[in-house]
Amino acid sequence: MDSLQQRSSTVQEPPGAVTAHRHTPSPAWQPRTDPAPLLPETEPLRVLGTDAVADADPALLLRLYAELIRGRRYNAQATALTKQGRLAVYPSTTGQEACEIAAALALEERDWLFPSYRDTLAAVARGLDPVQALTLLRGDWHTGYDPHEHRIAPLCTPLATQLPHAVGLAHAARLKGDDVVALAMVGDGGTSEGDFHEALNFAAVWQAPVVFFVQNNGFAISVPLAKQTAAPSLAHKAVGYGMPGRLVDGNDAVAVHQVLTEAVARARRGGGPTLVEAVTYRIDAHTNADDATRYRADGEVEAWRAHDPILLLERELTERGLLDEDGRRAAAEAAETMAAELRERMNADPVLDPMEIFSHVYAEQTTQLREQAAQLRAELEAEGEA
Amino acid sequence: MTTATTGTAAAKAGGNAGKPKPATMAQALQRAMRDAMAEDPTVHVMGEDVGTLGGVFRVTDGLAKEFGEDRCTDTPLAEAGILGAAVGMAMYGLRPVVEMQFDAFAYPAFEQLLSHVAKMRNRTRGAMPMPIVIRVPYGGGIGGVEHHSDSSEAYYMATPGLHVVTPATVEDAYGLLRAAIASDDPVVFLEPKRLYWSKSDWSPEAPAAVEPIGKAVVRRKGTGATLITYGPSVPVCLEAAEAAQAEGWDLEVVDLRSLVPFDDETVCASVRRTGRAVVVHESTGFGGPGAEIAARVTERCFHHLEAPVLRVAGFDIPYPPPMLERHHLPGVDRVLDAVARLQWEAGS
Repeated sequence: MDSLQQRSSTVQEPPGAVTAHRHTPSPAWQPRTDPAPLLPETEPLRVLGTDAVADADPALLLRLYAELIRGRRYNAQATALTKQGRLAVYPSTTGQEACEIAAALALEERDWLFPSYRDTLAAVARGLDPVQALTLLRGDWHTGYDPHEHRIAPLCTPLATQLPHAVGLAHAARLKGDDVVALAMVGDGGTSEGDFHEALNFAAVWQAPVVFFVQNNGFAISVPLAKQTAAPSLAHKAVGYGMPGRLVDGNDAVAVHQVLTEAVARARRGGGPTLVEAVTYRIDAHTNADDATRYRADGEVEAWRAHDPILLLERELTERGLLDEDGRRAAAEAAETMAAELRERMNADPVLDPMEIFSHVYAEQTTQLREQAAQLRAELEAEGEA
Repeated sequence: MTTATTGTAAAKAGGNAGKPKPATMAQALQRAMRDAMAEDPTVHVMGEDVGTLGGVFRVTDGLAKEFGEDRCTDTPLAEAGILGAAVGMAMYGLRPVVEMQFDAFAYPAFEQLLSHVAKMRNRTRGAMPMPIVIRVPYGGGIGGVEHHSDSSEAYYMATPGLHVVTPATVEDAYGLLRAAIASDDPVVFLEPKRLYWSKSDWSPEAPAAVEPIGKAVVRRKGTGATLITYGPSVPVCLEAAEAAQAEGWDLEVVDLRSLVPFDDETVCASVRRTGRAVVVHESTGFGGPGAEIAARVTERCFHHLEAPVLRVAGFDIPYPPPMLERHHLPGVDRVLDAVARLQWEAGS
């Protein structure tokens, strides 16, 4: 605490001292926290394919499976909608479904989710209407839902800026005596932003009930992780803030669910924040505007396809006799029904009221906005008459 | 400034106003927060040094002691984090009042301010209002080193979704801050730091009624020309108006108080009466607040004007070093020179 100040005072030799250069002993220094318990696993935690999976609840495994199948289908459908011009853009999470689903399922209803623009799937898995989740990407309104309804903050386009919001909300909830946890999602690129640092620092200092969940999918658009950070892992960054870092295989839905559930429980009982890094891979390009062949080799993608989150879970369920052909078909059919409904609803043109652009700038419109609204109304009326 | 002496002085003057004595703007601001916090448990004050120290200008003096550290919180030193956390707190129903220690220190928080604080209501179609007050000590004249004297109001004014207000009197400091805290929208509350120690007979025991944000006020009646001004330039304009009488010029002084929303009605009613206008502020002139104000006045009052609307502003330079700031800040003489250029012989 005061050690820096005291130490600096010791380097000044007393005036007139002629003795040989002799330091007074420096005041004892101790690290503020033992860093060892904060350090992440030496390699990403895996549960599927290990003995640890025996402890997993079969009902949870089946739930995760159904949601992964639905999520994969959602990604495919939304990608198709961009090709049809129904969506302006869609940042796919194909290959990352385990992270998205496990994140949503680790939360209680009263908890809050703070998603980035890529995390539509987590929002849908949390119960948000699939069409409402796409409002931003469709260009309809910026947020297509009331955040309070499912406790999902608006999908956030600027990187990492939603992380301090999660800290503030969790802190406020604790001040009010509510045992609410905030889960804040961010990509590997987002960890380079200043807001990532400030959010983690605030959360640790305030011991706020927040879980920071980094989906490290290998690339920030085209920039690989090696050009993003020199840290041993993104989970290692936690130590510098005084919070535990956890490293998990992001394609292992059970492992992700386990780690996040533990982190959420820890936050809820007053243990403070955790930084979780899930190592995963973005199978699709960043968005439909991106050409991923310019910055990564096909072989790399194929290697990750062999480590597909659905494949890993399906193998486990099949081996344990929890899933057969009928089960697979039922999950696929449920996903297909969701996709058909999404397609149908997205094919209807949204009806927008242009006058609404003035409605939500302030609680009460200023004189200036009322004048501008009158101008637009007149223009619309003239258009109608023409 | 030594923190020890200012702290003692503030402690002596503040808090116990047993005998009626002049109050400072800093005390009125502190009183406004204290009253708001006492009335509404959702009001939280936060920022760097606002707790134990009571703020570097002692504006939050005593609040942590009275309301506890959960209500008046010393945060880590990180402006984006402070404002970003405030966004989350507002999402959960609190009303944060954040302090950005000095004008130019607020810049790291601009992304949170512009992308989230100003837009959250709009993004969520009204579902998530942001009742946050961002207190920014601003402007020069106190001999601060660089990055301690900026006038940043044009940046805030150019951002839809924000209210921008600035008091010039002790009374307004109290009333406007109460109104800002009560507002369901975000308010950038610019505190003219060289007026922190200005005094009036305002009584902290009987605070004036809270006026709604968005109303300008005529500080001095006159017939010959209107000085349109705000914040730290209001006392300058009042002094100029007194001096102008010797020249035979009878000047009206309008204190805007609120830059957003802008009170066209009060401003234009004055200019139509006087036929001449000078906008005075210490912020830079090019692309500055005066450009917008002059354009608005010209659009609405052109046929009443006897002369072009002039601007007296700070020069278009980064804020100068303290020993040169008197050459930059618009003073009485520069205002009078502008008034002299209003082609008096052509009109009246």
